[in-house]
Amino acid sequence: MKFDTPATTNPIDRLRVIGQPLDRIDGPLKVTGTARYAYEQHDVAPGQAYGYVVGSAIAKGKIVSMDLAAARRAPGVLAVVTAENAGKLDKGKRNTAKLFGGPQIEHYHQAIALVVAETFEQARAAAQLVVVKYQEEKGAFDLAALKGAAPNAPSEEDSPTQSAVGDFAGAFASAPVKLDQSYTTPDQAHAMMEPHASIARWDGDKLTLWTSNQMIAWGVGDLAQTLGIAKENVRLVSPFIGGGFGGKLFLRADILLAALGARAAKRPVKVALQRPLMFNNTTHRPATIQRIRIGATPDGKITAIGHESWSGDLKDGQPELATQQTKLLYAGANRMTSLKLAVLDLPEGNAMRAPGEAPGLMALEIAMDEMAEKLKIDPVEFRIINDTQVDPEKPKVPFSQRQLAECLRQGAQRFGWDKRSATPGTLRDGKWLVGMGVASAFRGNLVMKSGARVTLGKDGIVTVFSDMTDIGPGSYTIMAQTAAEMMGLPIDKVKVELGDSSFPASAGSGGQWGANSATSGVYAACVKLREAVVQKLGFNSADAVFEDGAVKAGNRAVPLTQAAGDGEITAEDTIEFGDLDKTHSQATFGGHFVEVGVDAATGEVRLRRMLAVCAAGRILNPKSARSQVIGAMTMGAGAALMEHLVVDKRRGFFVNHDLAGYEVPVHADIPHQEVVFLDETDPMSSPMKAKGVGELGICGVGAAVANAIYNATGMRVRDYPITLDKLLDRLPALS
Amino acid sequence: MKSFTYERATTPTEAASGAARNPGARFIAGGTNLLDLMKLEIEVPRHLIDVNGLALDTIEPTPDGGLRIGALVRNTDLAADARVRRDYGLLSRALLAGASGQLRNKATTAGNLLQRTRCPYFYDTNQPCNKREPGSGCAAIGGYSRQLAIVGVSDACIATHPSDMAVAMRALDAKIETIKPDGATRSLPIAEFYRAPGDTPHLETTLTAGELITAVTLPKPVGGKQIYRKVRDRPSYAFALISVGAIIQPDGSGRVTVGGVAHKPWRIEAAEAQLPQGAKAVTDRLLATARTTEDNAFKLPLVERTLAAVLAEARA
Repeated sequence: MKFDTPATTNPIDRLRVIGQPLDRIDGPLKVTGTARYAYEQHDVAPGQAYGYVVGSAIAKGKIVSMDLAAARRAPGVLAVVTAENAGKLDKGKRNTAKLFGGPQIEHYHQAIALVVAETFEQARAAAQLVVVKYQEEKGAFDLAALKGAAPNAPSEEDSPTQSAVGDFAGAFASAPVKLDQSYTTPDQAHAMMEPHASIARWDGDKLTLWTSNQMIAWGVGDLAQTLGIAKENVRLVSPFIGGGFGGKLFLRADILLAALGARAAKRPVKVALQRPLMFNNTTHRPATIQRIRIGATPDGKITAIGHESWSGDLKDGQPELATQQTKLLYAGANRMTSLKLAVLDLPEGNAMRAPGEAPGLMALEIAMDEMAEKLKIDPVEFRIINDTQVDPEKPKVPFSQRQLAECLRQGAQRFGWDKRSATPGTLRDGKWLVGMGVASAFRGNLVMKSGARVTLGKDGIVTVFSDMTDIGPGSYTIMAQTAAEMMGLPIDKVKVELGDSSFPASAGSGGQWGANSATSGVYAACVKLREAVVQKLGFNSADAVFEDGAVKAGNRAVPLTQAAGDGEITAEDTIEFGDLDKTHSQATFGGHFVEVGVDAATGEVRLRRMLAVCAAGRILNPKSARSQVIGAMTMGAGAALMEHLVVDKRRGFFVNHDLAGYEVPVHADIPHQEVVFLDETDPMSSPMKAKGVGELGICGVGAAVANAIYNATGMRVRDYPITLDKLLDRLPALS
Repeated sequence: MKSFTYERATTPTEAASGAARNPGARFIAGGTNLLDLMKLEIEVPRHLIDVNGLALDTIEPTPDGGLRIGALVRNTDLAADARVRRDYGLLSRALLAGASGQLRNKATTAGNLLQRTRCPYFYDTNQPCNKREPGSGCAAIGGYSRQLAIVGVSDACIATHPSDMAVAMRALDAKIETIKPDGATRSLPIAEFYRAPGDTPHLETTLTAGELITAVTLPKPVGGKQIYRKVRDRPSYAFALISVGAIIQPDGSGRVTVGGVAHKPWRIEAAEAQLPQGAKAVTDRLLATARTTEDNAFKLPLVERTLAAVLAEARA
């Protein structure tokens, strides 16, 4: 199905199942421990051996020698695989560094060997017997030191890294009120609970992998390319994923090494990346240095807005797109953005939940707060003044839906924003300095081609098949809701099978495109299934209604089951998107409101209340959508207050590479969270009229925390995370 | 993890003499730290002596009005003990500020005192670390040292002792009872238990080969307001950036011990004489020998400010 004209009324609009706050259909499996994650697929392949990964001890250089003899002799060892003995390997097009290093080392903890043994403990013990001699080379590890010389990041076709409209320099120079500030965000880790893990089994030249991956079709292609085998010979199965956040968009070492280990050991092999490897072996959100300039007239209208961002990556890597939102969020006739990219020898930077906007808004939304203060305009009002209904770089392109101002207004009202003191550092509650902060939330709405197959069985059950993944947001449930709505069935008459590359290729999970795109794929397949049913039952398709388990037209009603009486009916289709995302700017919007307390003695920041008001198209399932938003708000709070991969600039690695050293918020750190979804449908986005929401919640929330800290203390911290050491020297004197 | 042999000891003497007979042996109780370190091959004992069966898990009054806490009393049980809560509130509060419920259920009193540093370079076997591998150097000096020590440091090591409980024990003047392989017992003040890192940071305590902790004794209660204030980035669960354990008497005198700043709970009795002059005077004396890094210099004002807040709370 081609989606190239705005959606009109369709069966989804009935909202009998879609839009309902239904429980996750996979919930019981998860809470009873019966949802099988990659490493736990014990029964899919008999005789599974265990692989343990050896990571490079240096950041850059060469392996001079590897002595594997002791490891090979160790009890239970079946194989020791290295890049030298693994045979010819290519690199998948979505990986920057090789997944299997040696002799050249590109980053710390790059995988250099896999030890395969009968038991995990044997593999681990033997791995520690591998003796490696290195020749270390000097590397570049300090973004700030390289900033001055960093060139423009290379542009890709749809995403230029430099943009300019009007006369930014002139308008900024002549603006009556202006701000020119720099901000930094650190490297961050996905730190998902489930590490990357895979089980590989070879049957002749056919390779099956039970893995944990967000993008099945990408994974098949990149793995086939890396191994130099035909795509048709690779099958990925990834039914459940214990968190990804972008860290599992691409192949990582576990899947390649499991495949190589299984080939070497001539047995199925399972590999999970050890937790201490997770932070340097895999990808991370790159650190940024950002400069923001805003000029405005005294009435608060922005006349010039400029945003530059510096980040680093390995050679041939990518920039963090931290200026992305600044092109679209606020009005202003004169504008510029620029992305610079330094070459760093740190581990590979890549997407992490809301790449671009998450770190970009952490800077931009502090800048907006600072500017509002200079203008003596309430920060909520300042944002509303600069709202725009068209793409500010392309004024002929309107937003399909844009309720930013409404999000901010409603949020302010619900949060009690009028109780905020405009003068920072003036509200005290016992030992706590109390403040409120606001930030806009913005995240683009991407749409991706997505396929599904639906089958109406003799038992009246509709089953959805798709290689779509569920990394936690509730894909199973919303896809079931979609099929139920389309076929006029209750949700318990729908089954969903996901994450298998033998099913139709879907959008996959990433960039908050999954929910809208994948359910649209189910919609398209169900339209075809309805046609087949109607034909089978002899209805005139134009007036047939699917409801209450029956197909109805006029006085005639036939149970849906009857259509499959003499054999199941299958339909398959793929939703493909036309250019509605070019003719209309599609994005999701929100307002974040945060109240913090700062301990007047120690500078410890504790969250007190958080509210997000979101406008993100039709909300397919308010319960799972809320769960996505509060999770993202939590992640944003972590970014604001504690998350920081610390670079050892001498040795070139992230030092705090475990979950004791890399702190993320847990339940006890997060107070009351409230989420409000504005009533919205977006006919430009898809037949579902929905948009993504899984990333919107993290966008801006860090700045709202920072702004609340400023409001509480009068201290403006522009370097994340805002830890107490950055506040300590300016806290009130103690008696 | 390297292969090791294992035995279950049935008496303290048997455990101690077993350790003396097996160079490179370790006692194991809760295992909450040791097992992690063994998996990473930071600890590579050839022999483990399980002391969980030694019946050292009771808390009993001592003749002089104090408490004798068996080496195997779990952190959870110690924190919840009615006598501890009533008379040694500082200890209870410090324990509950540490680790998680699950860890406290396993972790023992002696094991807590003996836990190793959480310095990230100690945990990464690719990095030089004099504590892990004597003579290899210290990657933490000049590296990431935000969590690390500011007093008692040496050119060989700037690791901290991570325990919350030990801070309270030091303020309470606890004594550590041990038994040696020959059956001899001794009782040493906690002030004499930890060794300064010097050139030998791998030697962390004054215990001799095979010597086993059997109990920790607390002198009779000293009263006062007992406050434990742990400062950290993540309120739910994290090691202390710094912590202050204080016992403040109605007349303003008292005791102050600081955690997260040294290889041991840091207390200098002479600094406590400055209490009437306030937090700054105490801190100046307590941390007079501080040698900070760019990353951890904030601990100096943080100790002072935290102590000031604790003193204000004690007065309130």
